[in-house]
Amino acid sequence: MNHEAPLREFLGLTFNLSNILMVTVASAIVLLIAILSTRALAMKPTGMQNFMEWIMDFVRNIIKSNMDWKTGGSFHILGITLIMYVAISNFLGLPFAITYDHVLWWKSPTADPIITMTLAVMVVALTHYYGIRMKGFKEYGKDFFRPMKFLFPLKIIEEFANTLTLGLRLYGNIYAGEILLGLLAGSLATGAFGWIAATIPTLAWLAFSIFIGGIQAFIFVMLTMVYMAHKVSHDH
Amino acid sequence: MFTLDALILGASDGFNGGDILFQLLMFIILMALLKKFAWGPLMGIMKQREDHIAGEIEAAEQSRTEAKQQLEEQRQLLKEARQDAQELIENARKQGDLQREEIITAARAESERMKEASLREIETEKDQAVAALREQVATLSVLIASKVIEKELTLEEQQQLINETIEKAGDLR
Repeated sequence: MNHEAPLREFLGLTFNLSNILMVTVASAIVLLIAILSTRALAMKPTGMQNFMEWIMDFVRNIIKSNMDWKTGGSFHILGITLIMYVAISNFLGLPFAITYDHVLWWKSPTADPIITMTLAVMVVALTHYYGIRMKGFKEYGKDFFRPMKFLFPLKIIEEFANTLTLGLRLYGNIYAGEILLGLLAGSLATGAFGWIAATIPTLAWLAFSIFIGGIQAFIFVMLTMVYMAHKVSHDH
Repeated sequence: MFTLDALILGASDGFNGGDILFQLLMFIILMALLKKFAWGPLMGIMKQREDHIAGEIEAAEQSRTEAKQQLEEQRQLLKEARQDAQELIENARKQGDLQREEIITAARAESERMKEASLREIETEKDQAVAALREQVATLSVLIASKVIEKELTLEEQQQLINETIEKAGDLR
Protein backbone atom coordinates (compact mmCIF):
# COMPACT_ATOMS: atom_id res chain seq x y z
CA MET A 1 0.00 0.00 0.00
CA ASN A 2 2.98 2.29 0.27
CA HIS A 3 2.69 3.80 -3.13
CA GLU A 4 4.57 6.90 -3.92
CA ALA A 5 3.03 10.10 -5.01
CA PRO A 6 4.11 11.61 -8.34
CA LEU A 7 5.46 14.86 -6.97
CA ARG A 8 6.76 17.56 -9.24
CA GLU A 9 8.20 20.97 -8.44
CA PHE A 10 6.94 23.86 -10.53
CA LEU A 11 7.33 27.57 -9.92
CA GLY A 12 8.44 26.87 -6.36
CA LEU A 13 5.26 24.93 -5.59
CA THR A 14 4.97 21.20 -5.11
CA PHE A 15 2.40 19.51 -7.30
CA ASN A 16 1.06 16.02 -6.72
CA LEU A 17 0.29 15.10 -10.30
CA SER A 18 -2.06 12.34 -9.18
CA ASN A 19 -4.15 14.89 -7.31
CA ILE A 20 -4.07 17.21 -10.27
CA LEU A 21 -5.28 14.42 -12.51
CA MET A 22 -8.02 13.24 -10.20
CA VAL A 23 -9.28 16.71 -9.37
CA THR A 24 -9.52 17.38 -13.07
CA VAL A 25 -11.26 14.08 -13.74
CA ALA A 26 -13.75 14.61 -10.92
CA SER A 27 -14.50 18.15 -12.04
CA ALA A 28 -14.90 17.00 -15.63
CA ILE A 29 -17.28 14.22 -14.65
CA VAL A 30 -19.38 16.53 -12.50
CA LEU A 31 -19.49 19.06 -15.30
CA LEU A 32 -20.37 16.40 -17.84
CA ILE A 33 -23.17 14.92 -15.75
CA ALA A 34 -24.58 18.31 -14.92
CA ILE A 35 -24.50 19.63 -18.46
CA LEU A 36 -25.77 16.44 -20.06
CA SER A 37 -28.65 16.21 -17.65
CA THR A 38 -29.67 19.84 -18.10
CA ARG A 39 -29.23 19.93 -21.84
CA ALA A 40 -32.87 19.43 -22.74
CA LEU A 41 -34.76 21.23 -20.02
CA ALA A 42 -38.50 20.87 -19.97
CA MET A 43 -41.34 22.05 -17.81
CA LYS A 44 -42.24 18.40 -17.41
CA PRO A 45 -38.94 16.96 -16.22
CA THR A 46 -37.80 13.57 -17.44
CA GLY A 47 -34.89 11.28 -16.68
CA MET A 48 -31.74 13.02 -15.59
CA GLN A 49 -33.45 16.34 -15.14
CA ASN A 50 -35.53 14.73 -12.43
CA PHE A 51 -32.37 13.52 -10.76
CA MET A 52 -30.75 16.95 -10.90
CA GLU A 53 -33.87 18.58 -9.56
CA TRP A 54 -33.94 16.06 -6.78
CA ILE A 55 -30.37 17.00 -5.86
CA MET A 56 -31.31 20.67 -5.94
CA ASP A 57 -34.26 20.07 -3.67
CA PHE A 58 -32.12 17.93 -1.42
CA VAL A 59 -29.55 20.69 -0.98
CA ARG A 60 -32.31 23.24 -0.65
CA ASN A 61 -33.74 21.24 2.23
CA ILE A 62 -30.31 21.00 3.86
CA ILE A 63 -30.01 24.77 3.70
CA LYS A 64 -33.58 25.33 4.85
CA SER A 65 -33.01 23.16 7.90
CA ASN A 66 -30.21 25.51 8.98
CA MET A 67 -31.35 28.99 8.02
CA ASP A 68 -34.17 30.78 6.33
CA TRP A 69 -34.20 30.59 2.57
CA LYS A 70 -33.78 34.33 2.12
CA THR A 71 -30.22 34.26 3.42
CA GLY A 72 -29.54 30.65 2.51
CA GLY A 73 -30.60 30.92 -1.11
CA SER A 74 -27.29 32.44 -2.13
CA PHE A 75 -25.44 29.30 -0.97
CA HIS A 76 -27.58 26.99 -3.07
CA ILE A 77 -25.15 26.79 -5.96
CA LEU A 78 -22.19 26.32 -3.63
CA GLY A 79 -24.06 23.51 -1.90
CA ILE A 80 -25.02 21.67 -5.08
CA THR A 81 -21.55 21.97 -6.54
CA LEU A 82 -19.97 20.78 -3.30
CA ILE A 83 -22.22 17.77 -2.88
CA MET A 84 -21.80 16.69 -6.49
CA TYR A 85 -18.06 17.23 -6.50
CA VAL A 86 -17.43 15.52 -3.17
CA ALA A 87 -19.70 12.59 -3.98
CA ILE A 88 -18.15 12.00 -7.39
CA SER A 89 -14.67 12.36 -5.88
CA ASN A 90 -15.53 9.79 -3.24
CA PHE A 91 -16.82 7.35 -5.83
CA LEU A 92 -13.88 7.75 -8.18
CA GLY A 93 -11.52 5.62 -6.09
CA LEU A 94 -13.99 2.78 -5.70
CA PRO A 95 -13.91 0.90 -9.01
CA PHE A 96 -10.12 0.68 -9.24
CA ALA A 97 -6.84 2.23 -8.30
CA ILE A 98 -4.18 2.59 -10.92
CA THR A 99 -0.54 2.41 -10.00
CA TYR A 100 2.16 2.74 -12.55
CA ASP A 101 5.71 1.97 -11.61
CA HIS A 102 4.83 2.03 -7.87
CA VAL A 103 3.33 5.41 -8.29
CA LEU A 104 -0.36 5.77 -7.41
CA TRP A 105 -2.18 7.69 -10.12
CA TRP A 106 -5.85 6.85 -9.89
CA LYS A 107 -7.56 7.29 -6.52
CA SER A 108 -10.23 9.39 -4.92
CA PRO A 109 -9.04 12.99 -4.80
CA THR A 110 -10.74 13.18 -1.42
CA ALA A 111 -8.42 10.45 -0.15
CA ASP A 112 -5.78 13.10 0.14
CA PRO A 113 -5.85 15.47 3.15
CA ILE A 114 -4.51 18.33 1.10
CA ILE A 115 -7.56 18.26 -1.11
CA THR A 116 -10.12 17.85 1.66
CA MET A 117 -8.42 20.48 3.81
CA THR A 118 -8.41 22.86 0.88
CA LEU A 119 -12.15 22.41 0.52
CA ALA A 120 -12.66 22.74 4.28
CA VAL A 121 -10.58 25.89 4.57
CA MET A 122 -12.34 27.32 1.56
CA VAL A 123 -15.71 26.63 3.14
CA VAL A 124 -14.76 28.10 6.52
CA ALA A 125 -13.20 31.12 4.84
CA LEU A 126 -16.44 31.58 2.93
CA THR A 127 -18.44 31.44 6.17
CA HIS A 128 -16.28 34.23 7.60
CA TYR A 129 -16.58 36.23 4.40
CA TYR A 130 -20.35 35.95 4.29
CA GLY A 131 -20.59 36.54 8.03
CA ILE A 132 -18.86 39.89 7.61
CA ARG A 133 -20.73 40.72 4.42
CA MET A 134 -24.21 39.94 5.69
CA LYS A 135 -23.96 41.18 9.28
CA GLY A 136 -21.27 43.81 9.13
CA PHE A 137 -17.84 43.61 10.69
CA LYS A 138 -19.04 44.80 14.11
CA GLU A 139 -21.74 42.18 14.50
CA TYR A 140 -19.38 39.57 13.15
CA GLY A 141 -16.75 40.49 15.73
CA LYS A 142 -19.27 40.60 18.53
CA ASP A 143 -20.33 37.06 17.75
CA PHE A 144 -17.01 35.84 19.12
CA PHE A 145 -18.03 37.08 22.57
CA ARG A 146 -21.43 35.51 22.63
CA PRO A 147 -23.10 34.15 24.58
CA MET A 148 -20.43 34.92 27.22
CA LYS A 149 -17.22 36.89 27.04
CA PHE A 150 -14.94 34.31 28.60
CA LEU A 151 -15.86 31.85 25.86
CA PHE A 152 -13.82 33.86 23.38
CA PRO A 153 -10.79 31.51 23.42
CA LEU A 154 -13.10 28.56 22.91
CA LYS A 155 -14.70 30.31 19.97
CA ILE A 156 -11.30 30.79 18.37
CA ILE A 157 -10.40 27.17 18.94
CA GLU A 158 -13.79 26.17 17.57
CA GLU A 159 -13.00 27.79 14.26
CA PHE A 160 -9.83 25.76 13.84
CA ALA A 161 -11.46 22.61 15.16
CA ASN A 162 -14.33 23.03 12.74
CA THR A 163 -11.96 23.41 9.83
CA LEU A 164 -9.84 20.45 10.80
CA THR A 165 -12.74 18.09 11.51
CA LEU A 166 -14.55 19.12 8.36
CA GLY A 167 -11.59 18.28 6.18
CA LEU A 168 -10.13 15.35 8.04
CA ARG A 169 -13.45 13.56 8.54
CA LEU A 170 -13.91 13.35 4.81
CA TYR A 171 -10.32 12.42 4.18
CA GLY A 172 -10.29 9.76 6.91
CA ASN A 173 -13.43 8.07 5.74
CA ILE A 174 -12.44 7.89 2.12
CA TYR A 175 -8.79 7.09 2.68
CA ALA A 176 -9.63 4.30 5.12
CA GLY A 177 -12.15 2.94 2.67
CA GLU A 178 -9.60 2.85 -0.09
CA ILE A 179 -6.96 1.22 2.06
CA LEU A 180 -9.31 -1.57 3.05
CA LEU A 181 -10.48 -1.92 -0.52
CA GLY A 182 -6.86 -2.16 -1.61
CA LEU A 183 -6.15 -4.84 0.97
CA LEU A 184 -9.18 -6.84 -0.09
CA ALA A 185 -8.25 -6.48 -3.73
CA GLY A 186 -4.78 -7.71 -2.80
CA SER A 187 -6.26 -10.84 -1.19
CA LEU A 188 -8.35 -11.45 -4.28
CA ALA A 189 -5.15 -11.71 -6.25
CA THR A 190 -3.49 -14.29 -3.97
CA GLY A 191 -5.00 -17.37 -5.59
CA ALA A 192 -8.12 -19.52 -5.38
CA PHE A 193 -8.42 -19.54 -1.61
CA GLY A 194 -7.86 -15.86 -1.29
CA TRP A 195 -10.35 -15.27 -4.04
CA ILE A 196 -13.03 -17.32 -2.31
CA ALA A 197 -12.35 -15.77 1.07
CA ALA A 198 -12.22 -12.18 -0.11
CA THR A 199 -15.03 -12.03 -2.67
CA ILE A 200 -17.89 -11.48 -0.28
CA PRO A 201 -16.07 -9.00 2.01
CA THR A 202 -14.95 -7.06 -1.05
CA LEU A 203 -18.48 -6.80 -2.39
CA ALA A 204 -19.80 -5.85 1.03
CA TRP A 205 -17.10 -3.25 1.54
CA LEU A 206 -17.64 -1.81 -1.92
CA ALA A 207 -21.34 -1.40 -1.22
CA PHE A 208 -20.55 0.13 2.16
CA SER A 209 -18.00 2.47 0.57
CA ILE A 210 -20.58 3.71 -1.90
CA PHE A 211 -22.88 4.37 1.03
CA ILE A 212 -20.10 6.13 2.93
CA GLY A 213 -19.16 8.19 -0.10
CA GLY A 214 -22.72 9.48 -0.38
CA ILE A 215 -23.11 10.02 3.34
CA GLN A 216 -19.82 11.90 3.61
CA ALA A 217 -20.76 14.18 0.74
CA PHE A 218 -24.06 14.88 2.50
CA ILE A 219 -22.30 15.48 5.84
CA PHE A 220 -19.79 17.81 4.24
CA VAL A 221 -22.51 19.97 2.74
CA MET A 222 -24.63 19.76 5.88
CA LEU A 223 -21.74 20.97 8.07
CA THR A 224 -20.88 23.66 5.55
CA MET A 225 -24.39 24.98 5.89
CA VAL A 226 -24.35 24.62 9.67
CA TYR A 227 -21.18 26.70 9.93
CA MET A 228 -22.58 29.15 7.43
CA ALA A 229 -25.75 29.49 9.45
CA HIS A 230 -23.71 30.12 12.59
CA LYS A 231 -22.02 33.03 10.89
CA VAL A 232 -24.84 34.63 8.93
CA SER A 233 -27.90 34.06 11.12
CA HIS A 234 -28.82 36.65 13.68
CA ASP A 235 -30.34 34.31 16.21
CA HIS A 236 -27.13 32.50 17.05
CA MET B 1 9.08 25.85 3.45
CA PHE B 2 6.07 25.41 5.69
CA THR B 3 5.12 21.76 6.08
CA LEU B 4 2.23 19.90 7.61
CA ASP B 5 4.42 16.91 8.41
CA ALA B 6 4.08 17.55 12.12
CA LEU B 7 0.38 16.76 11.85
CA ILE B 8 1.10 13.39 10.27
CA LEU B 9 -1.53 13.66 7.63
CA GLY B 10 -0.64 10.38 5.99
CA ALA B 11 -0.58 9.79 2.30
CA SER B 12 1.36 12.71 1.04
CA ASP B 13 4.57 13.94 2.48
CA GLY B 14 5.37 17.54 2.25
CA PHE B 15 3.21 20.54 1.70
CA ASN B 16 1.74 20.46 -1.78
CA GLY B 17 0.95 24.10 -2.28
CA GLY B 18 0.34 23.43 -5.93
CA ASP B 19 -2.43 20.98 -5.16
CA ILE B 20 -4.15 23.51 -2.97
CA LEU B 21 -4.03 26.18 -5.60
CA PHE B 22 -5.12 23.78 -8.27
CA GLN B 23 -7.99 22.41 -6.24
CA LEU B 24 -9.20 25.89 -5.35
CA LEU B 25 -8.96 27.07 -8.91
CA MET B 26 -10.67 23.98 -10.26
CA PHE B 27 -13.48 24.23 -7.76
CA ILE B 28 -14.10 27.88 -8.53
CA ILE B 29 -14.00 27.21 -12.26
CA LEU B 30 -16.29 24.23 -11.84
CA MET B 31 -18.74 26.24 -9.81
CA ALA B 32 -18.74 29.09 -12.32
CA LEU B 33 -19.21 26.72 -15.26
CA LEU B 34 -21.97 24.81 -13.52
CA LYS B 35 -23.72 28.00 -12.57
CA LYS B 36 -23.61 29.22 -16.13
CA PHE B 37 -24.44 26.01 -17.95
CA ALA B 38 -26.31 23.76 -15.55
CA TRP B 39 -27.63 25.14 -12.28
CA GLY B 40 -28.65 28.50 -13.67
CA PRO B 41 -30.88 27.13 -16.43
CA LEU B 42 -32.16 24.38 -14.15
CA MET B 43 -33.08 26.86 -11.45
CA GLY B 44 -34.65 29.00 -14.12
CA ILE B 45 -36.88 26.22 -15.32
CA MET B 46 -37.75 25.23 -11.77
CA LYS B 47 -38.71 28.80 -11.01
CA GLN B 48 -40.66 28.93 -14.24
CA ARG B 49 -42.50 25.76 -13.31
CA GLU B 50 -43.21 27.14 -9.87
CA ASP B 51 -44.66 30.27 -11.40
CA HIS B 52 -46.60 28.21 -13.90
CA ILE B 53 -48.10 26.05 -11.17
CA ALA B 54 -48.90 29.07 -9.05
CA GLY B 55 -50.55 30.69 -12.04
CA GLU B 56 -52.51 27.56 -12.83
CA ILE B 57 -53.69 27.28 -9.26
CA GLU B 58 -54.76 30.88 -9.30
CA ALA B 59 -56.58 30.41 -12.59
CA ALA B 60 -58.29 27.30 -11.28
CA GLU B 61 -59.33 29.17 -8.18
CA GLN B 62 -60.68 31.98 -10.26
CA SER B 63 -62.59 29.75 -12.62
CA ARG B 64 -63.99 27.89 -9.66
CA THR B 65 -65.32 31.11 -8.17
CA GLU B 66 -66.69 32.07 -11.54
CA ALA B 67 -68.40 28.73 -11.94
CA LYS B 68 -69.88 29.04 -8.49
CA GLN B 69 -71.20 32.46 -9.31
CA GLN B 70 -72.66 31.26 -12.57
CA LEU B 71 -74.28 28.32 -10.87
CA GLU B 72 -75.88 30.68 -8.40
CA GLU B 73 -77.05 32.83 -11.27
CA GLN B 74 -78.46 29.86 -13.10
CA ARG B 75 -80.22 28.72 -10.00
CA GLN B 76 -81.73 32.14 -9.58
CA LEU B 77 -82.83 32.16 -13.21
CA LEU B 78 -84.37 28.73 -12.89
CA LYS B 79 -86.24 29.84 -9.83
CA GLU B 80 -87.52 32.88 -11.66
CA ALA B 81 -88.54 30.82 -14.64
CA ARG B 82 -90.40 28.41 -12.43
CA GLN B 83 -92.17 31.31 -10.78
CA ASP B 84 -93.06 32.77 -14.13
CA ALA B 85 -94.42 29.47 -15.32
CA GLN B 86 -96.50 29.15 -12.18
CA GLU B 87 -97.86 32.61 -12.73
CA LEU B 88 -98.62 31.87 -16.35
CA ILE B 89 -100.50 28.72 -15.44
CA GLU B 90 -102.42 30.57 -12.79
CA ASN B 91 -103.32 33.30 -15.26
CA ALA B 92 -104.40 30.80 -17.87
CA ARG B 93 -106.55 29.01 -15.38
CA LYS B 94 -108.19 32.23 -14.32
CA GLN B 95 -108.76 33.26 -17.87
CA GLY B 96 -110.16 29.83 -18.68
CA ASP B 97 -112.60 30.09 -15.83
CA LEU B 98 -113.67 33.51 -16.99
CA GLN B 99 -114.11 32.36 -20.53
CA ARG B 100 -116.14 29.37 -19.45
CA GLU B 101 -118.44 31.60 -17.52
CA GLU B 102 -118.80 33.84 -20.52
CA ILE B 103 -119.47 30.98 -22.89
CA ILE B 104 -122.03 29.49 -20.59
CA THR B 105 -123.77 32.80 -20.17
CA ALA B 106 -123.74 33.41 -23.90
CA ALA B 107 -125.08 29.92 -24.57
CA ARG B 108 -127.78 30.40 -22.04
CA ALA B 109 -128.82 33.70 -23.58
CA GLU B 110 -128.77 32.21 -27.04
CA SER B 111 -130.92 29.28 -26.03
CA GLU B 112 -133.31 31.63 -24.33
CA ARG B 113 -133.51 33.67 -27.47
CA MET B 114 -134.03 30.62 -29.63
CA LYS B 115 -136.77 29.34 -27.33
CA GLU B 116 -138.47 32.67 -27.52
CA ALA B 117 -138.28 32.67 -31.29
CA SER B 118 -139.63 29.15 -31.60
CA LEU B 119 -142.48 29.95 -29.26
CA ARG B 120 -143.37 32.93 -31.36
CA GLU B 121 -143.18 30.90 -34.50
CA ILE B 122 -145.36 28.21 -33.02
CA GLU B 123 -147.89 30.86 -32.08
CA THR B 124 -147.91 32.25 -35.58
CA GLU B 125 -148.19 28.84 -37.13
CA LYS B 126 -151.03 28.02 -34.82
CA ASP B 127 -152.84 31.21 -35.76
CA GLN B 128 -152.30 30.54 -39.41
CA ALA B 129 -153.50 26.99 -39.04
CA VAL B 130 -156.59 28.13 -37.22
CA ALA B 131 -157.27 30.70 -39.86
CA ALA B 132 -156.80 28.15 -42.65
CA LEU B 133 -159.00 25.72 -40.83
CA ARG B 134 -161.67 28.31 -40.37
CA GLU B 135 -161.66 29.12 -44.03
CA GLN B 136 -161.79 25.47 -44.99
CA VAL B 137 -164.66 24.88 -42.58
CA ALA B 138 -166.53 27.75 -44.09
CA THR B 139 -166.00 26.46 -47.60
CA LEU B 140 -166.98 22.96 -46.58
CA SER B 141 -170.06 24.22 -44.81
CA VAL B 142 -171.04 26.10 -47.88
CA LEU B 143 -170.41 23.00 -50.00
CA ILE B 144 -172.38 20.80 -47.68
CA ALA B 145 -175.03 23.36 -47.43
CA SER B 146 -175.32 23.66 -51.14
CA LYS B 147 -175.55 19.88 -51.47
CA VAL B 148 -178.19 19.67 -48.81
CA ILE B 149 -180.05 22.51 -50.34
CA GLU B 150 -179.91 20.98 -53.82
CA LYS B 151 -181.34 17.72 -52.57
CA GLU B 152 -184.27 18.48 -50.32
CA LEU B 153 -185.06 22.11 -50.35
CA THR B 154 -188.69 22.59 -50.69
CA LEU B 155 -190.32 25.72 -51.48
CA GLU B 156 -191.27 26.71 -47.97
CA GLU B 157 -187.92 25.57 -46.63
CA GLN B 158 -186.18 27.61 -49.24
CA GLN B 159 -188.20 30.56 -48.16
CA GLN B 160 -187.36 29.93 -44.56
CA LEU B 161 -183.64 29.70 -45.35
CA ILE B 162 -183.67 32.87 -47.24
CA ASN B 163 -185.30 34.54 -44.35
CA GLU B 164 -182.92 33.13 -41.87
CA THR B 165 -179.97 34.20 -43.90
CA ILE B 166 -181.35 37.63 -44.33
CA GLU B 167 -181.88 37.74 -40.61
CA LYS B 168 -178.42 36.54 -39.82
CA ALA B 169 -176.94 38.97 -42.24
CA GLY B 170 -178.85 41.64 -40.51
CA ASP B 171 -177.48 40.43 -37.19
CA LEU B 172 -173.99 40.41 -38.49
CA ARG B 173 -174.15 43.89 -39.78
